[in-house]
Amino acid sequence: MEFLTSFFSGPVPVEAYLAVSLIMFFAGVYGFLTRKSMLMILVSIELMLNAADINFVAFNRYLYPGQFEGFYFTLFTIAIAACETAVAIAIIINIYRNLTSVEVGNLDQMKE
Amino acid sequence: MQYTILILVLPLLSFIFLGLMDSKFKPKTAGLIGTIVLGIITALSYYTAFEYFTMYKVEGVYQKVIPFEMEWLRFTDLLSIKLGILIDAISVMMLVVISTVSFMVNLYSLSYMDGEKGFQRYYAFLSLFTFSMLGLVVATNIFQMYIFWELVGVSSFLLIGFYYSKPSAVAAAKKAFIVTRFADMFFLIGILVLSFYTKTFDFGVLTGENPIVFAAGAGATFMGFSVLSWAMALIFIGGAGKSAMFPLQIWLPDAMEGPTPVSALIHAATMVVAGVFLVARLFPVYYFQTPEVLHGIAYVGAFTALFAAVIACVQTDIKRVLAFSTISQIAFMMVALGVSGYEGHEGTGYMASMFHLFTHAMFKALLFLGAGSVIHAVHSNEMKDMGGLRKYMPITNWTFLIACLAIAGIPPFSGFFSKDEILAASFEFSPLIGWLMTFIAALTAFYMFRLYYNIFWGKDYAVKAAAHGHGHDDHGHGHTPHESPFAMAFPLVFLAAVTCVAGFIPFGEFVSATGADYHIHIDMKVAITSVVVALISISVATIMYRKPSTTPDKLAASFSGLFKAASNRFYIDEVYLFITRKIVFNSISRPIAWFDRHVIDATMDGFANTTQWVSIRIKSFQSGQIQQYAYVFLFGTLLIAALILIF
Repeated sequence: MEFLTSFFSGPVPVEAYLAVSLIMFFAGVYGFLTRKSMLMILVSIELMLNAADINFVAFNRYLYPGQFEGFYFTLFTIAIAACETAVAIAIIINIYRNLTSVEVGNLDQMKE
Repeated sequence: MQYTILILVLPLLSFIFLGLMDSKFKPKTAGLIGTIVLGIITALSYYTAFEYFTMYKVEGVYQKVIPFEMEWLRFTDLLSIKLGILIDAISVMMLVVISTVSFMVNLYSLSYMDGEKGFQRYYAFLSLFTFSMLGLVVATNIFQMYIFWELVGVSSFLLIGFYYSKPSAVAAAKKAFIVTRFADMFFLIGILVLSFYTKTFDFGVLTGENPIVFAAGAGATFMGFSVLSWAMALIFIGGAGKSAMFPLQIWLPDAMEGPTPVSALIHAATMVVAGVFLVARLFPVYYFQTPEVLHGIAYVGAFTALFAAVIACVQTDIKRVLAFSTISQIAFMMVALGVSGYEGHEGTGYMASMFHLFTHAMFKALLFLGAGSVIHAVHSNEMKDMGGLRKYMPITNWTFLIACLAIAGIPPFSGFFSKDEILAASFEFSPLIGWLMTFIAALTAFYMFRLYYNIFWGKDYAVKAAAHGHGHDDHGHGHTPHESPFAMAFPLVFLAAVTCVAGFIPFGEFVSATGADYHIHIDMKVAITSVVVALISISVATIMYRKPSTTPDKLAASFSGLFKAASNRFYIDEVYLFITRKIVFNSISRPIAWFDRHVIDATMDGFANTTQWVSIRIKSFQSGQIQQYAYVFLFGTLLIAALILIF
């Protein structure tokens, strides 16, 4: 009971942030493993990346208040994720042109 | 005498130049370059000889001069190998012999080998051979000699196998190389044993006045003989291989597959006497330290001389007759060394051996070049395809006759003087050897005149050609055999001239075991005996072969066993084949091959097979499905995380 009161009355505890990021991360993992469409897999990857970003910000806020390394890391990660998405979509478009499909299960020609 | 280094450098450069520029030249140009270089070397050698014999005599004794020496390989402070030039009486003599014969052969080949495929290559190899042979004779130490010894072996191999598209030539080249190489293995062991005990390779130290170096090995024995005897005997085996002494003579007759000028140069005049030269070079060691080995050399030589002379009497290929004659004559030189003493009159044998080496090189080269001239004219090596050629080839006829008289030992030709000295030395050593050598000299006269009459007399060539339907017609030459062109005739005439006058050179004043003067005096008893015996042999040959007659066939029939054995060279080749094929191959090579295939190869194959088996099994892991990989990755990560948490 005391836990709940402190949970709702005081500042947001770090565990809450971690819980959100955990849920986002495993949602991403689940999506990555189960979705057939490459676009959805890309979305899942973005989810995992964003979960990591939340971790960065949360840990920076609680472990080193007043410092900004974690925030800057997050900014960089977002920029890189944007680039990666652009590249990934370019690849997916090319795959679609060649195979008229974006199903990830069809992409096993390079195993030989 | 710094310029003597040029004698070595020039032919090497010529070899590299001609070898690399092979097809850039016209054949004639390459031949001319080779011949001109040889001409320069010959001039240099003559000048060296002139300078040495006029200027390097101190108190009546010729000195050893080393105008050039450098350290080539340095292993430790005690062990290093030098390369240098040693000028003394025998090396100067060899320089003259080698360069003269080589020059003549180069000149002769210009015409003889004209139009052959690989003419440039031929000249490159001739230069290589000349370089190696000259390096061999001027070696300052036994290891340098060994290096050049192998180089002459290689050049001999290359030149015997010059017609590499002919299987018999390839086989002969391999045989020559393997047999001499086999002997060289003993040579190398001998060198190592000798230098292990004496701590030196240097000829100057080994043959010096005060051979203190032998003290270290004096006490050591192995199987009843001192190690020094073993070493010197092993070194002699190396020499026996190159000089075709029994039982290592089998390669020389086959080596006649090479071009005839090559046979004249390598297998008659120069390379095959390398063994004699080796024994002569180490003569003080043999004489003072291991006289029993020296006597062994004499007996081996005497047996070889007899053996080869008997075979030479029945061979029908003219080059093979000459080959066996060469073996026999080299054996004469070996005998002379073996029976020789050291100082003063005792040293007759040594001097005679070198003298015979000199004269033999000239007249045997002449015989081979003459034979080449005959072969060039009738396109065959067989006696049955020849006859009556004296009318068509007068120059060849006369020069060949001079050489035959020289080798038979008829005065005033050079062979008489040198052979007479050998016989005198043999008689002094033991009458048995002396009479044996006289008998062999008689055989020599007989087989040489058998050869001569079969080529130049007997049934006329044209008659034979018509009867056999063989000869020039087969080769599309619609004309009778003709005399050879100038480039071939000149060497014949030159060498014949040398053969006529060489006997009058006061050879003993130049070359002797000690370096002091040695006055040749002809022992009349020996001389008259040998001349009479030679004349009888020649008469017998004249009766049997000058006109076509049935006597030879009758004789062959009545001594059919001996005739057949000698024709087959006493089955020595077959014995070798039996030993190598049946004994060596079956008891050593095959088990080793089995071990190699079933143990060593099998182990390696096992590794490969296991790897392949495993890779086939794990191939299906790689499906190409990215999500499967992700599953594996995820569970792997979880597993590792769990493990870390637990432990």
